[in-house]
Amino acid sequence: MSEDLKPDQLEYYKQESLLKVDYRPPATDWMQTPTAMRPGAFIYSAKPKNIEYIDFPNARNWAPIDEDWKLPTNWKEIVIQGIRERLDKYRSFKVFMDICVRCGACADKCHFYIGGGDPKNMPVLRAELLRSIYRNDFTTAGKLLGRMVGARPLTIDVIKEWFFYFYQCTECRRCSVFCPYGIDTAEITMMARELLHLLGIGVNWIMEPVASCYRTGNHLGIQPHGLKDTLEFFAEDIEEVTGVKVEVPMNKKGAEVLFVTPSGDFLADPGTYTAMGYMALFHEIGLDYTFSTYASEGGNFGLFTSADMMKRLNSKIYAEAKRLGVKWIMGGECGHMWRVLHQYMDTMNGPADFLEVPVSPMTGTRFEHARSTKMIHIAEFTADLIKHGKLKLDPSRNDCRRVTFHDSCNPSRAMGMLEEPRYVLKNVCRNFFEMPPNTIREQTFCCGGGAGLGTDENMEMRLRGGLPRGNAVRHVQEKHGVNQLAACCAIDRATLTTVCDFWAPGVKVTGITELVANALVMKGEGDRKLNFRKEPMRGEEDGHV
Amino acid sequence: MAQLKVGDFSLDLDEDGFIQQPEKWDKNVALALAETEGVNELSEKHWKLVNYLREYYQKFGVAPMIRKVCKDTNMKLNEIYELFPSGPAKGACKVAGLPKPTGCV
Repeated sequence: MSEDLKPDQLEYYKQESLLKVDYRPPATDWMQTPTAMRPGAFIYSAKPKNIEYIDFPNARNWAPIDEDWKLPTNWKEIVIQGIRERLDKYRSFKVFMDICVRCGACADKCHFYIGGGDPKNMPVLRAELLRSIYRNDFTTAGKLLGRMVGARPLTIDVIKEWFFYFYQCTECRRCSVFCPYGIDTAEITMMARELLHLLGIGVNWIMEPVASCYRTGNHLGIQPHGLKDTLEFFAEDIEEVTGVKVEVPMNKKGAEVLFVTPSGDFLADPGTYTAMGYMALFHEIGLDYTFSTYASEGGNFGLFTSADMMKRLNSKIYAEAKRLGVKWIMGGECGHMWRVLHQYMDTMNGPADFLEVPVSPMTGTRFEHARSTKMIHIAEFTADLIKHGKLKLDPSRNDCRRVTFHDSCNPSRAMGMLEEPRYVLKNVCRNFFEMPPNTIREQTFCCGGGAGLGTDENMEMRLRGGLPRGNAVRHVQEKHGVNQLAACCAIDRATLTTVCDFWAPGVKVTGITELVANALVMKGEGDRKLNFRKEPMRGEEDGHV
Repeated sequence: MAQLKVGDFSLDLDEDGFIQQPEKWDKNVALALAETEGVNELSEKHWKLVNYLREYYQKFGVAPMIRKVCKDTNMKLNEIYELFPSGPAKGACKVAGLPKPTGCV
């Protein structure tokens, strides 16, 4: 292979150079500072076939580095009208546009600002990119006083700036934790992305999964026979490791529980081991559950696109629950899926009055907090099983793992699930260490690749955005010998692998349920010598550090 | 948009060099794609992997998971990297004319 490394390759970057973050702002005022679209820091444009598939406007070939983005002639009118409609529709948007006092509490809380130093990645200034247009066209002060009150007219350069910076926000909402007014900056990014979509401006890393999900039920485009093949492959591997043959329930009418997980778990390591873990766990407790080939995606890249697209993709989950006649729904280890399920699903596509409040058939626990959505997270389900002594666990089987836990942004900040994953982990492994307090729980740092930014052409920003998390991992690696980072999110499992390889080499990434399955003593199991990765269970690491 | 020239016709390539019309793939396209990957000759082992990926893709419409590739072709991951230095997804799948997997991967 050519020795010429490219900006989409991890090896292109060196720790020393990325650590030299220049926090001095540019000499020019932010409104006068042009956007420099550099390889490694932006994402490829959406392919026309994906835009067409979901009936979005202005499908065409274009590239962010092109001078001409081939926008409709009335593009300005479309955007202003789009802002107007959203101000009318979403009270939160109007409030967030008006209420910011620019106190700066959020300024240094964004992982992209910390790792990159670009002032437009301060959440306050990122929001200002949109707010300045709002002021100009929708406030009296802005109309009269313009620039003096932070207003500016909408130009093509503003659109390009929005594209660059609103795709350098992972909608993680860490900044919102620190905002004294509670401004949800993710919602501002969502609005900006919706406005860009009105002009046919989107990124392929999001729009291809969206189109695939709309077509096949999951982001990866796995068709029913492909999912069957995959799950049967997992079952074979589970049998090889444990000696136990597990069932592969699919589209099973009348099952008690519909199980929905991110499709990343069906394709990419290390998520596949977690998917095997679900199957082993459900078999062991005798759960009457089913996978679905129609609702075969927990994640929802519609969330990163528009409220309407999110709704269209999400609708498959309740529709399938109804068709199959299940009692309730359980979700797997996905991150952003839980913002959709926990905060939007019941009002968006509900009420799911054909379902029952989830009750664990093993413990009788009634999950009251899910009485509206009828959907619970596997970590709460597993924690409840452990609490009631329903699992036989041998945590020593994970002794070669020294584990820390990365709170995924959405399960922690959007659903408040902080204790359950820790409770599970502490019961299935004996070496558990927390990262520093200001990097976990509701203050957790993003992986740097969420909200559709986890693609390789965005490698520079992923590594910069991954710096705060990587640094915290490095800290527990040096202090406690941590060699495994557990995360309950498929984007995390994909992108933190890269972040750790760069900032804390030697630390591997895992899901929670993979570790549960390793520790799980199963009825009729053979001599468990190998873990779910087919590595020696208790012995030395296999050298691939 | 970049083009891949194969004999007397050319195919559209995306930014990462993947072909955009997978139905136009044939052995000559594979050879031309391999060259873009710095692989100038395709041995029997290369073809075994490429044909496996192609068949999987034709049957299922997507790329297989890497562990399945290794198991079904009886190749270790590092052997795949030896054949295609960019790895199974960006190297071998590209040469086999598959699209790039997108999503939480």
